[in-house]
Amino acid sequence: MTLSLNQVTKHFGAHTAVDHLSLTIPESQIFGFLGANGAGKTTTFRMILGLMDASEGSIQWNNETIDYSKSHLIGYLPEERGLYPKLTVKDQLIYLGKLRGMSKQEVLSELDHWLERFRVPEYKNKKIEELSKGNQQKIQFISAVIHKPKLLILDEPFSGLDPVNVEQLKQAVVNLKENGTSIVFSSHRMEHVEELCEHLCILHKGKPVVHGGLKEIKRSFGKKNLVVHADFDLTYLRDIPGVVSYRAVGEGCELQVEAEEVAERVFEALQGKGFVRTFDLEEPSLNDIFIEKVGASYE
Amino acid sequence: MNKFWVVMSHTYFSRLKSKTFLVTTGIILLLIVALTNFQGIMDSVGSDDEGSAPKVAIIDETGDFFNPLEEQLNAQQAELELVSFQEGEEKAKQAVQDGEYRGVLTLQPSENGTPSGTYYTKQIAENSISGRLQQALQQVKVSVATENTGIDQQTVNGIFAPVAFEKVALDKEAKTEEELSEARGLVYIMLFLLYIGVIMYGNMIAQEVAQEKSSRVMEILISSVSPVTQMFGKILGIALLGVTQFGLILIVGVQSVKANMENLEGGIFTYFGLGDANTSTLIYAGVFFLLGYLLYATLAAMLGSLVSRTEDAQQVVTPMVLLIVAAFMIAMYGLNAPETMLVTVTSFIPFFAPMLMFLRVGMLDVPVWEVGISIALLIGTILLLAVVGGRIYRGGVLMYGKGNIVKSFKRAFQLSKKES
Repeated sequence: MTLSLNQVTKHFGAHTAVDHLSLTIPESQIFGFLGANGAGKTTTFRMILGLMDASEGSIQWNNETIDYSKSHLIGYLPEERGLYPKLTVKDQLIYLGKLRGMSKQEVLSELDHWLERFRVPEYKNKKIEELSKGNQQKIQFISAVIHKPKLLILDEPFSGLDPVNVEQLKQAVVNLKENGTSIVFSSHRMEHVEELCEHLCILHKGKPVVHGGLKEIKRSFGKKNLVVHADFDLTYLRDIPGVVSYRAVGEGCELQVEAEEVAERVFEALQGKGFVRTFDLEEPSLNDIFIEKVGASYE
Repeated sequence: MNKFWVVMSHTYFSRLKSKTFLVTTGIILLLIVALTNFQGIMDSVGSDDEGSAPKVAIIDETGDFFNPLEEQLNAQQAELELVSFQEGEEKAKQAVQDGEYRGVLTLQPSENGTPSGTYYTKQIAENSISGRLQQALQQVKVSVATENTGIDQQTVNGIFAPVAFEKVALDKEAKTEEELSEARGLVYIMLFLLYIGVIMYGNMIAQEVAQEKSSRVMEILISSVSPVTQMFGKILGIALLGVTQFGLILIVGVQSVKANMENLEGGIFTYFGLGDANTSTLIYAGVFFLLGYLLYATLAAMLGSLVSRTEDAQQVVTPMVLLIVAAFMIAMYGLNAPETMLVTVTSFIPFFAPMLMFLRVGMLDVPVWEVGISIALLIGTILLLAVVGGRIYRGGVLMYGKGNIVKSFKRAFQLSKKES
C-alpha cells in the first residue's frame, strides 16, 4: 500500500503552489512532511485526498487513484480543526463514522475505547463547544482514526497541545503505524519529526528541497556541528579552512564544519594549546537542515 | 448512494430535533388553531356581559322614529337593544359614562321631516354599533323620504334591488365563474406556500452550508463524501423537513377547520373555494412546488458555499430572495389578470415559472405543450444549476476569506477545475 506522487503540480492562477513534486511514501511508516507556512503542504494533502485535482502529474495509492469509493480506508486530520459545535461528541462521531462506512454499533464501541485511552470518557455526551481546545483536538483526532484507516493524513496533529497530551497522541500515532497504517504527517516541530519519522520531505515554495530517509538526509547534508570547550581563546579556529560558522558560547565555541575532515584539522589545531574539556562532533539536527535549506532563501 | 442517505437523515434529524424547529413549528400550529377558531374565540371574548345585546339609549324628540328604527335593526338582525330615554340628553350622557348604556343616539327631524341623528359614546373608535345604527337610520330616512314624495314601498324596493349581472365565457374549455374563484383560492394558497417555503428552507440550506464551513467541519466532510452527494443529501434532507412541517400544519389545519366548519361556512373559506378542488390543479401544484423548491434550494446551497461565515449567508441569498419576491409580486398581479403578456412571458422563465406557470395552469386553459416547455426549461435549469452548483460547491467549500460574490464565484469555479 504505497502512496506515490508523480510530478505533481498545482497552479492557482499565476501562482504555483506545488511544483513537480515526486514522492514515494512506503507502507506502514510515518512520513514527515515539513515546510514553512505556505510551502504547499495542505494543498498537497488536499490533492492526495482528491479534494482538489492536480494541474499536472498523478497521485496513486496502490496503483489506483484515490476517490470517494476508498474514503473508508483514509483518515484525515485537517490543519483547521472543525467539528459541529452544537453536537455531542457521540452524535458527532456517529455521523462522521457513518460517512466513513461504519455502523453505529462499531462507532460506539470504538469511541468508548478511544475515550478511555485518552482518559476522557466523561466527554461522550458533552457538546463540542463545551470542551477545551485541547480536548476538542483529541475528539478531532479520534474522528480521523476511528474507522482504522490504512492511510492517515495528519496536518499539524500536535499544535496547541500540552506536553502530556502530545505524548498521548504520539503514542497513538506510533501504535497505528505498528498496526499497519501508513501515516503522512506535517509539522513545524522538528523534534517531533525526528522522533517519529523514518522518511521525510522538506517542501519549499512548492518544491521538494530535501527528500529521503532521515539518516541518509543527515549524512548527505555533510555539514556537522562541532562543540569545543576549552580554557584558552578559540577565536583562531574560525580561520581554519572548512569552518563555516563560529559561535562563541560561555565555555568555548560551537562550530559548523563542512565535513568530518575539517573536524580533524580543528582537532590538530587544538593540540598543545592547553586543556580541552569537550570535543564533540555531532550529526546536524533537522532544525539545522531546515533552516539551511528553507531559511537561506528567505533572505 | 449509501452516504447520500447518511447525509440526508443527519440533516433531517439534527434539524428536526433542534429547539428552533420545534418552537417555530409549535408557534405556527398554535396560530393555525387560533385562526380557525377565530369566530369561537371572538364570540367567547365578546360576550363578557353575557347574553344581553349592547344597550343604546334613544332620545327621540318626535317619537316617530323609534319604532321604525327598531324594526330596521331587527330586520338586519343587529343585536342591539334600544331603550327609549326620557330624562334628557345630559342624564343620558352621564349614564353612558357610568357604563349603563353603550351610547346614546339623539334623533331630530330635519326640515323635510327625515330623521338626522347624533351618536354619543365613550370612544368613537369602536364603530360596529354606530355603523349598524347609521345603516338602520339610513333605511328609515329613505322610507320617510319616499313616503313624503308619495312613492310606494314596492317601487322603492325595485329601485334599490341589485342589478342582475352574469359573466359567461365563450371559450368552451374556459373556466366558469365558480371554477375560477375556486382556482384563485388554490393558486393563491399555493403561491403563498411556495413563497414562504422557498424563502424559509432556502435560507436554512444556505445557513447550514455556511455553518459547516465556518465551523470548518466541511473539510472533513468533503474528504469522506463527494460535495455533490453532500449537497443533494442536504437539499433533500431539508425538503423532507419541509414536508414534515407542512404536513403537520396541514393535518392540524384540516382537523381544526373540520371542527369549526359551521363557523367558517360562508366566510373566507368559501371565497377561496376550497370545497372541492380540481385534481389536475392539485397535481400541478405538487409538480411546480417540487421543481420550484429544487431550483431555489440548489441555488441556495451554491450561494451558501461561497461565504465562510453564517452572518454572510443571509447577505449572499438576498439576490435570490429578491427574485422570489419579484415572482410573487408578478403572480399577485397575475391573479386578477392571468392573461396579460407579462404573466405569459414570465411563465416560461425558469426562476418565475414555478409560480407563474402554475398560476396560468390553475386559472386559464393553457395548451399542454406550453406547460411542457415550461417544465422542461425548469428541469433543464435545475440540472444545469446542479452541475454548476456542484462545481461551485466543491471549490467554494475549500475557500475562506472575504471578497465580493462575483470574485468568489470565479475563484470557486477555478478551484474545482480539472485542468488549468
